Amino acid sequence: MKIQTTDVLVIGGGLAGERCAIESATAGHDVTLLSLVPPRRSHSCAAQGGMQAALGNCVKAEGDEPTVHFLDTVRGSDWGADQEVATIFAHEAPVAVRELAHWGVPWTRVRPGKNTYFIKGEKVEIEEPEEKAGLITHRDFGGTAKWRACYASAGTGHAVLYAVDGEVVRLGIRVLDRVEATTLIHEGGRCWGAVSRCLRTGELTAWLAKSTVLATGGHGRIYGQYTTNATINEGAGAVLALETGEVPLGNMEAVQFHPTGLVPSGILVTEGCRGDGGFLLNRDGHRFMVDAEPEKQELASRDVVSRHMMDQIKRGHGVASDFGEHLWLDLRHLGEAHLRTKLREVWDICRDFNGLDPSKAPIPVRPIQHYSMGGVRVNKDGEAYGMHGLYAVGEAACWDLHGFNRLGGNSLAETVVAGRVIGARVAERTAAASLSVSTDVAQSFLADAAKRIALWRDRPTTGGNVYAVRDRVASILNEKVGVFRTGDELEVAVTELEQAQRDIQRVGLRSSGPGVDPELTAAMRIEGMVRLARITAIGALERTESRGAHARTDHPTRDDAHWLNRTLARWDAEADAPRLTYEPVGLLDLPPGDRGYGQTLQKSMEVSIGRYNECAPSEMRAHGALPTDEPMGARMLWGAWKGHEHRPTRPERNE
Amino acid sequence: MSTEMITLETPRRLRFEIFRFNPEDPSSEPHHQTFELDEQPFMTLYIALNRIREEQDPSLQFDFACRSAICGSCGMLVNGRPRLACNTLTRDLGETIRLEPLPVFKLIGDLSVDTGTWFRGMAEQVGGWIEEKAPFQAHAEEERMDADLAQAIYEGERCIECGCCIAGCGVANVNPDFVGAAGLNRIARFMRDPRDARSEDDWFEVVSDENGVFGCIGLMGCHDVCPKELPLLEQYAYLRRKMLGAAREEERT
Repeated sequence: MKIQTTDVLVIGGGLAGERCAIESATAGHDVTLLSLVPPRRSHSCAAQGGMQAALGNCVKAEGDEPTVHFLDTVRGSDWGADQEVATIFAHEAPVAVRELAHWGVPWTRVRPGKNTYFIKGEKVEIEEPEEKAGLITHRDFGGTAKWRACYASAGTGHAVLYAVDGEVVRLGIRVLDRVEATTLIHEGGRCWGAVSRCLRTGELTAWLAKSTVLATGGHGRIYGQYTTNATINEGAGAVLALETGEVPLGNMEAVQFHPTGLVPSGILVTEGCRGDGGFLLNRDGHRFMVDAEPEKQELASRDVVSRHMMDQIKRGHGVASDFGEHLWLDLRHLGEAHLRTKLREVWDICRDFNGLDPSKAPIPVRPIQHYSMGGVRVNKDGEAYGMHGLYAVGEAACWDLHGFNRLGGNSLAETVVAGRVIGARVAERTAAASLSVSTDVAQSFLADAAKRIALWRDRPTTGGNVYAVRDRVASILNEKVGVFRTGDELEVAVTELEQAQRDIQRVGLRSSGPGVDPELTAAMRIEGMVRLARITAIGALERTESRGAHARTDHPTRDDAHWLNRTLARWDAEADAPRLTYEPVGLLDLPPGDRGYGQTLQKSMEVSIGRYNECAPSEMRAHGALPTDEPMGARMLWGAWKGHEHRPTRPERNE
Repeated sequence: MSTEMITLETPRRLRFEIFRFNPEDPSSEPHHQTFELDEQPFMTLYIALNRIREEQDPSLQFDFACRSAICGSCGMLVNGRPRLACNTLTRDLGETIRLEPLPVFKLIGDLSVDTGTWFRGMAEQVGGWIEEKAPFQAHAEEERMDADLAQAIYEGERCIECGCCIAGCGVANVNPDFVGAAGLNRIARFMRDPRDARSEDDWFEVVSDENGVFGCIGLMGCHDVCPKELPLLEQYAYLRRKMLGAAREEERT
């Protein structure tokens, strides 16, 4: 056990963490980055189809601008987003994409002359003008008014991660891989670093830091095998923050299900497939999305498409298989040349995991957990509620531009935009901070961590299996906290998850080997993961409305009178259940309205937007929001969206 | 539709012979241990190894992250050949499957090796990043690039640093400083990139010795085992052409 000091401790080596680290390293701070895996193996590498940024470079992107991106993002969020954060995000995204080009990302470029696209089922030829030749081009994605997703084939996350990690290496940033953070070191509402455990040797280290950044990605693995997420996405950052007893998690019931998870492996098949013209078909070969969403068709937002797919399956239009029912993603009409260049990674996945040639056969797909909109609740500077010196960025955070549904391509954009914006704040604050913490504090957190391990080691080897608890939690969530939710099922889920948490007490470790012990590693994570699962289920039970990805069949209306808010969940020290409170979503500029796709049942706000906005800042402070460098609302572009607003062309279906 | 349904196949009893050694444990001796499992449909080595660990031996060490052949964590020797475990379907293998860690890299335990340190060292050795020509201009239009050139750079960028090419390389197995196919591919990727400030002479300094492009003796095991089917032969030919050109230029001056 040892104590180390550093200026900035970044926990998590994916895009958000690395981009954030670059800001502090460039400012001259000593930065230490801890990562479960070598950074290039982080889950950022698995993002396939694209990164949203309103450059407006190809014909189908003409007239695009950040304000339109803002509009799409807020609509996509079903008005759950913080509109100031969405504004910052949309306006910074083009800069972030160009910076990545500067660092070497081989973005797919505009090819002047005749280009063939598939749009709403039709083959279309479009002449890309010579004056745009060689600029970064775009593909279509769900829920957007313009083509906006910048991409590098279907390996966008991989290409971006390698470019950003190249910068990290060039700057000589200290990266320690195979290291996990086990506890945050904090005292009196100020975070001073973390205790880490080496996954090579098992050694514990206390890292004392002026600023600590959580960039650990999402927590999709609470859904076990029923997720597109990598095995490392176990919500470490959310658990660390929650365990302080001070920091709340935001909107944990907001869980994204991606429409096209490959059956049976659950591997992601990018939305870029549908963006490039792919069809969803039911067992009869019928394009059901054309009936369900005449305007957006396959390119409605992910929550909406996933619901229509589950609805098809429920109505008996699914395809039977030994792995449950599925639907088809049909790319055959795109042709082999397109599939082997612009969707190359999809081609490989189909071949490797299903022995299937997507130019000759449709792909079996089903909605599956994909993204955590919820996470560590932070203010617009990225600082955690209730904890000075602690920041969260990327999927680990609830910053909150995604609200109750994230648009495809906005997560990759968020990692680098938030990494830039919050990274700059972290660098400034670090410059002004001093490391005024006693090493006794570090020693006591180190001792606690060692004791926790010893307690696990002391358990009888004959107890229950940690993996069985993990699998039980996964199946509860998958069956009862899925695409569609009902109060009855959620109540059962909450009870069953409480039982699963009690079952941890009876788990024993069968192994005892020196060095890294994979079973001990899993055991040390299970308590936190079950807490995240419980918060997800309780949040879903309590929220008696439907908003974005949170779809209650017993409460199908989006209720802006009562639920235009964000769930905050804290776990008080010694408590046996989480404590939920609700804060305003933030300042409102774009008034809640019709998204232009999906269900249209809405209950209107009972207070005026003016009144809502008047109360929001003080209420958010009362819920733990720390002061920001600029006052709340300083970055709002009030009314800038007017004139860009989307007018739904579909027939009115309001009841 | 005339499309086939996914159906179960007749299960086989698979026999896994797995290399075991824990360097952290003084009592551990390198050996092979045998495990048996019933095959399941669409079973990959990712599924099989996790089942073995969870049901039979909780101490078994191996690495996976994405389990979709993009993160590069799970390179190992499968019946003696370097490949990714996650996208290897057991149905493509016989009933006895021998699994060993990749050579060249430092062993962490069992099937887990330290590729992270090796690849970071390689990136530092070859300068695996863009050397900018001028500082980034936040509000300027991006530098233009021909669509075909972007595609060609992407082809080299597809390397996932799994280490299979290094493990399968006759030179890398005896010269720890040789950057291997992954390193040469990375150099070629940056040499092609017009955004990079380095000249051929600069690159010549980096790679024109036995640890770089002239270290390769042309066995091309790398090309055969690359799970991403990178055009390693082409990249290598491109580099040699460029470097021989630079060498001749140097002789003349």
